[in-house]
Amino acid sequence: MKLADLMDYDEAIGKFDPALGLEVHVELSTQTKMFCPCPTEFGGEPNTHVCPVCLALPGALPVVNRTAVESAIKIGLALNCEIAQWCRFARKNYFYPDMPKNFQTSQYDEPIAFDGWLDVEVEGYDEPVRIEIERAHMEEDTGKSLHVGGSAGRIHGAEYSLLDYNRAGVPLVEIVTRPIMGTRENAPAVARAYVAALRDLLRALDVSDVRMDQGSLRCDVNLSLAPAGAGGLGTRTETKNVNSLRSVDRAVRHEISRQASILVGGGRIKQETRHFEEASGTTRPGRSKETAEDYRYFPEPDLVPIAPAREWVEQLRVGLPEMPWLRRATQQKAWGFTDLEMRDLVAADAVELVEQTVAAGATPSEAKSWWSAYLGAKANEAGVALTELSITPKQVAAICAMVTGGQLNAKLARQVVDGVLAGEGEPDQVVAARGLAVVSDDSALQAAVDAALAAQPAVADRIRGGNLQAVGAIIGAVMKATRGSADAARVRELVLATLGVQG
Amino acid sequence: MSEHRVGDLIRMTAADLASAIHGGQVSAVEVTQAHLDRIADVDPAIHAFLHISVDGALAAARAVDESLAAGERPASPLAGVPLALKDIVVQKGVPTTAGSKILEGWRPPYDATVTTRLLDAGVVILGKTNLDEFAMGSSTENSAYGPTRNPWDLDRIPGGSGGGSAAALAAFEAPLAIGTDTGGSIRQPAALTGTVGAKPTYGGVSRFGVIAMASSLDQVGPCARTVLDTALLHEVIAGHDPRDSTSIPQPAPQVVDAVRRGQAEDLSGLRVGVVKQLRGSGYQPGVVASFDAAVAAMTRLGAEVVEVDCPHFAYGLAAYYLIMPSEVSSNLARFDAMRYGLRLGDDGEASAEAVMTATRGRGFGAEVKRRIILGTYALSAGYYDAYYGSAQKVRTLISRDFASAFASADVLVSPSSPVTAFGLGEKVDDPMAMYLNDLATIPGSLAGIPAMSVPSGLAGDTGLPVGLQVMAPALGEAVMYRVAATFEADYIARNGGIVARSAPELDGVR
Repeated sequence: MKLADLMDYDEAIGKFDPALGLEVHVELSTQTKMFCPCPTEFGGEPNTHVCPVCLALPGALPVVNRTAVESAIKIGLALNCEIAQWCRFARKNYFYPDMPKNFQTSQYDEPIAFDGWLDVEVEGYDEPVRIEIERAHMEEDTGKSLHVGGSAGRIHGAEYSLLDYNRAGVPLVEIVTRPIMGTRENAPAVARAYVAALRDLLRALDVSDVRMDQGSLRCDVNLSLAPAGAGGLGTRTETKNVNSLRSVDRAVRHEISRQASILVGGGRIKQETRHFEEASGTTRPGRSKETAEDYRYFPEPDLVPIAPAREWVEQLRVGLPEMPWLRRATQQKAWGFTDLEMRDLVAADAVELVEQTVAAGATPSEAKSWWSAYLGAKANEAGVALTELSITPKQVAAICAMVTGGQLNAKLARQVVDGVLAGEGEPDQVVAARGLAVVSDDSALQAAVDAALAAQPAVADRIRGGNLQAVGAIIGAVMKATRGSADAARVRELVLATLGVQG
Repeated sequence: MSEHRVGDLIRMTAADLASAIHGGQVSAVEVTQAHLDRIADVDPAIHAFLHISVDGALAAARAVDESLAAGERPASPLAGVPLALKDIVVQKGVPTTAGSKILEGWRPPYDATVTTRLLDAGVVILGKTNLDEFAMGSSTENSAYGPTRNPWDLDRIPGGSGGGSAAALAAFEAPLAIGTDTGGSIRQPAALTGTVGAKPTYGGVSRFGVIAMASSLDQVGPCARTVLDTALLHEVIAGHDPRDSTSIPQPAPQVVDAVRRGQAEDLSGLRVGVVKQLRGSGYQPGVVASFDAAVAAMTRLGAEVVEVDCPHFAYGLAAYYLIMPSEVSSNLARFDAMRYGLRLGDDGEASAEAVMTATRGRGFGAEVKRRIILGTYALSAGYYDAYYGSAQKVRTLISRDFASAFASADVLVSPSSPVTAFGLGEKVDDPMAMYLNDLATIPGSLAGIPAMSVPSGLAGDTGLPVGLQVMAPALGEAVMYRVAATFEADYIARNGGIVARSAPELDGVR
């Protein structure tokens, strides 16, 4: 479908009600893999984090990682789920070269956690939106295939493929929502807010790096449309490769328009997997799911059932950290922000950044101002998330400190930020390299003031006559002469002192 | 060393060899060399071995001799004694095929836990023994590398899947062997070769490094020519292994003490249950006669013999042939030509899928493919409940049958195999006839209980060995070995020696 044929979003929402379902895969940040002692560390030369177990050599057997089970239980508890008294792993059988055993050890009809919910703050709603959680289950990641030759790394037309099993067997928890209905035009915002809230929760639990850009948090968006007001569920598509919060929003929005265009034209939606294209904000078809794949699930006979002791579960429940949204109320009070300011920060996904910037020494208002205004604009320009900007909260705090100390003014500080974003090094290195320090040396400033007064004698007279507003013209001339590097307040003091006028 | 001496060494029990080595009467190298020589003599005719580790075995024997010469205590009661390892247990650097073309040339980069325990105990591994491909079969004819012959009659099969290990014992190529038993692969070959083989309680011996056939049934076990040797080996390999999560987290049963007790005492105070369902139609008259004589002997030895009823055993074979292939279909999926083993059709153009298909199509034998197809079907959507689900229910019912039988008997007995060794090629075209060989051993496999085969003599009709199966409740290895030891001691007292002693000399068979 050509972009020009897509139905306008507002029109689509007028005609259809969207139903959402979100499947989020979380890579756990355990030291070792789900079923063997190999490290889970991201990166590493291909096929260096492997052993007989995760390579599925003949005879190798899995053993469950206790920490991964603990993390899964914590996630379940934080999502208000029931924790299974007894559950098993199951084998999901299908052949794919990046899956060494040619079955994935997962959970099928006995997930470790089920029947939960998460309340999510969404802009445009007075009350939090309750997202029902169907289940959270444990499984293992696959390896990675790299298709060489052909177009855009896709398997079709590739000359050959390379396999890297470093990621094979890394623990995953898959969190599946029940269908989310009735969100209408807010569907994209609800989806995004849910994934953001889930990410914050997982970070607070300290169970995952939750880096969408590195794939440690991956979201599949299920979406279907039903005629407005008719109720029920239409045929759904599952969109994969949704790798940022912004993409969640865009993918939902695009699928609504795309499906609506097809339905209005009398077509029918194909049940299929689609892939989100970051560059165009569209989705393209992948594997058809019309003929349901038969995974021949059966209980994993190489692993004993998991029966978490109730005392252990209760211990974990008691040890859960304060959830981010509860902590936010405390933070808002401590920072002295209004509800609106706080909501803007949440919407911009800047709360954690502000928190870390404040922790690094900045004042809350400085931190908020940088992240929501200048850096927010920079992220928008670049089309990336705030967290993906190449500047850290610590660096922002360092720049704030220079402003407070008088070494930088606001304008220069922005140039330092630009330098850091451009990869020119730490803030002090940027200041030195770009020669951005504020001119606060009085002798240099005095010369500039004297020159400005000499150049504008009439203005100097008006100041002597008590017209203090005229000082602005001299300050402007001095700033121009020093290319903005002067401290305006100091210039003013020097002008008044030179002319013997009381400020 | 004289010819006579070599002849003595290969006919000695593992226990006697160990005491001679530890006592300095003979070196481990001499013992190992005697067995390597015997293998060189007779294995061309028997084909028990797929790989012979001459250098590795002699080096291991030398290490034992050096350690003893340095005044160190033997690493175990079996230090210096040679052993034949079934080629489904991995040993680092030693070719491991599981009897399949699909693994031809593969050298494992790691040791199975069983292998580690054997090496740590100073046991000398002579080589890897033949088996039905991936242990699927009851005759060793399904090996991709040719059948093993029964030392009692070279035109007959030695049983399977562990025919290589059993034949190596009966041909005096090794005094000890390792087997694996999924539905009878230790017990049935033991019966057909006049040797001893024990399947421990499921989880009693680590499966780590043992190439899986059916995970919920597979169990590694010891094989030898005497009950004591079997028990000595049992204690070397058994015990908890954190790398196998189905391994029982308890100390291994004290089976050697149980054997000594069995040798010293009779069966007074023990109740022996004869399973009604395991001796009727389908059992060869010579086997039934040998079994009845064995029961009579146990009665004479003071046992209280009772008949027990296990009505669900009738469904055992059917349930087994659904559960086992289901697990097989999944366990064997990893043989895909991507990371190790055979790779066919990789011409630089063919897709990975085409290479997988070609490799699996030609790399697996007919029986393996039959079971993969059966299992794939049984697990399919819409059939799972009717097949896999029902089979699991039968499994539970069979366990209940055992539970009630063990309420009235300390051990249960039956023939280990319904027939004595049959002719090569006799059943290869009739899978059902082949499957029926495991009729008596499958119930114990499904229930995960310990069971062993001890020779009960030679069949009157064929003159070939017959095995007596002794079964005990889970973790009841001690009573199982005790009964087997008493029975064996009585047999020796009445016949002047063990059954294997009567096996043909095989001189000049090559």
